[in-house]
Amino acid sequence: MTALSDTSTPRSERDGSPAARPRGGPAPTRRRPDLRAWAAFALLAGPMLIGLGVFKYVAIGWSFLLSFCNAHGTIALGTWVGLDNYQQLLNDETFRGSLGQILLFTAFIVPVTFAVSLGLALLVHRVRRGRAVLRTAFLIPTAVSYVAASLVWKMCLFNGLPAGIANMMRGWFGMDAVPWIQTTEPPLYWIVLITLRLWLQVGFYMVLFLAGLQAIPRDVYEAAALDGATGWRKLRRITLPMLRNTSVAVLMLQFIAAFQAFDEFYNLFSSGLSGTGTAPVQTPLVHLYNTAMGAQNYGLGSAGAFVLTALIVTVTLIQGRFTGFGKGEE
Amino acid sequence: MTTRTSTGALRGLLIGLLTLAFLAPFYLMLRNALMDTRGLTSPEWTWWPTEMHWENFTALFSDPTLHMSQALGNSLLIAGITAPASTLLASAAGYALARIPVPGRGVLLALVVATLMIPGSVTFVPTFVVVGSMGGVNTLWGLIAPGLFNPFAVLLFRNFYLQFPAEIEEAGRLDGLGWFGLYRRIALPSSGAMLASLGALAFIDSWNAFLWPLVIGQDPSSWTAQIALSTFLTSQTINLPGLFAGAVVTIAPLVAMFLIAQRYIVEGIATSGLKG
Repeated sequence: MTALSDTSTPRSERDGSPAARPRGGPAPTRRRPDLRAWAAFALLAGPMLIGLGVFKYVAIGWSFLLSFCNAHGTIALGTWVGLDNYQQLLNDETFRGSLGQILLFTAFIVPVTFAVSLGLALLVHRVRRGRAVLRTAFLIPTAVSYVAASLVWKMCLFNGLPAGIANMMRGWFGMDAVPWIQTTEPPLYWIVLITLRLWLQVGFYMVLFLAGLQAIPRDVYEAAALDGATGWRKLRRITLPMLRNTSVAVLMLQFIAAFQAFDEFYNLFSSGLSGTGTAPVQTPLVHLYNTAMGAQNYGLGSAGAFVLTALIVTVTLIQGRFTGFGKGEE
Repeated sequence: MTTRTSTGALRGLLIGLLTLAFLAPFYLMLRNALMDTRGLTSPEWTWWPTEMHWENFTALFSDPTLHMSQALGNSLLIAGITAPASTLLASAAGYALARIPVPGRGVLLALVVATLMIPGSVTFVPTFVVVGSMGGVNTLWGLIAPGLFNPFAVLLFRNFYLQFPAEIEEAGRLDGLGWFGLYRRIALPSSGAMLASLGALAFIDSWNAFLWPLVIGQDPSSWTAQIALSTFLTSQTINLPGLFAGAVVTIAPLVAMFLIAQRYIVEGIATSGLKG
């Protein structure tokens, strides 16, 4: 029974012959709703579609309306204030400052992570024995949360004590100990931020590059070797162009990850302990968190979410234009 | 010849140093967790504590302000539900979108893909608005529900099932299976590796999630391990060895899982990254 109604689908569509259906009857046309197919579709895809509908579409729609309301301490749609929230947000120096900070952070972290993870992949790929062990060593930090890593960076590697690892290393070169996280001139806290994220993320992207490297056929290199190409030329003329698709994907993922930075900024810079000073840097998400959760201003927080989303979508689209992302899809 | 071996040695040295640098934070975490405060802040460097302070770990669980055991339990429950459930939901939806020809399927797929454009953590305010209005603040379902629906995994599964050989399904169809039966009996069992890869990644993401649990789990009873550790880290009390013991406790389960499921994690990264 079931089998019968199910043959209505791809096969009979392809050959179109009613003879393919053993028990005759009118061949179902494409238009006719197939109830069994619908039921199965609803059963399988329904939960996901409803979930995305509620937690993405409804959430975003509601929040969009809230962003035009004075919603202080309430998530009910209150008094309509038009574009006031957006105006207030864009006039807010800390918010504008946070946008500047995140652009700067992204401009730093994306090329650095890209270069380091590609370099690591090239190094590890060349190794003949023990490649799996090396891959594990570089990949295992990706299992660590930003909270735990922030703790090690803040309280151990980059603490202000002379016995802190980074200060100990300065000592070897005859330099004085410095309070890394509180030092704003020069902004030494950037070293803390960048190294932390590198440690956590580089292994992930390295694995992507390794997969890309494995897909390059060996004979391409052999042919190039016959033509007398050496290490550096091979890298520039073969390896890098062949890694193009991977590179584009990695860049895209890194951009989005950088723009969403929150965890390490929150854990490194908020609060007491050795971090006595106030946060030297705030990302837009930290600002949004303080606005929405701290001050309970959900209208303003919603407006911030849309400004930030617009920024990320714009950057992603621009990047897609330049790198041709989307062409490689499928 | 000599230049070749010397560059080889140089490369070996570089790899060795980098490996040490990448593993050092783990060693430091463990070392610090087993020392006492005096040893930790002393200007004199010790490689390994002369006296093991295992009580740092027991103190962690007996500290009533930290709620550590409950937080770990919450994390385990949340990640333990999220990983299989979100992967299964994505697989089912991916199959339906790839295989079951119903009218309007393209539009539904487009609606799923469109949500990918909006970065997850930016939507925390909208999601809080919805979950909060449904009474999900400080509840387990409020912590879990939004993480169950992963459009990216749907897309990966759809691509996977599109390439799935139709001949195998034909055989099942002849045995009288309907669409649902084909998915459950044939397609799902043959996507085991994919389920394991994306499931392992989902577990890691869920265990390490920070922003959403911080937003929705405001009461200590609904803290996750990350929130408990962060609260400890950003509080005003200074208990350095305790903090590191806390870090060890929160990352140990993941490191263990990582070593066990490594193959799937690597595969998961490769698939999800390349298709993304």
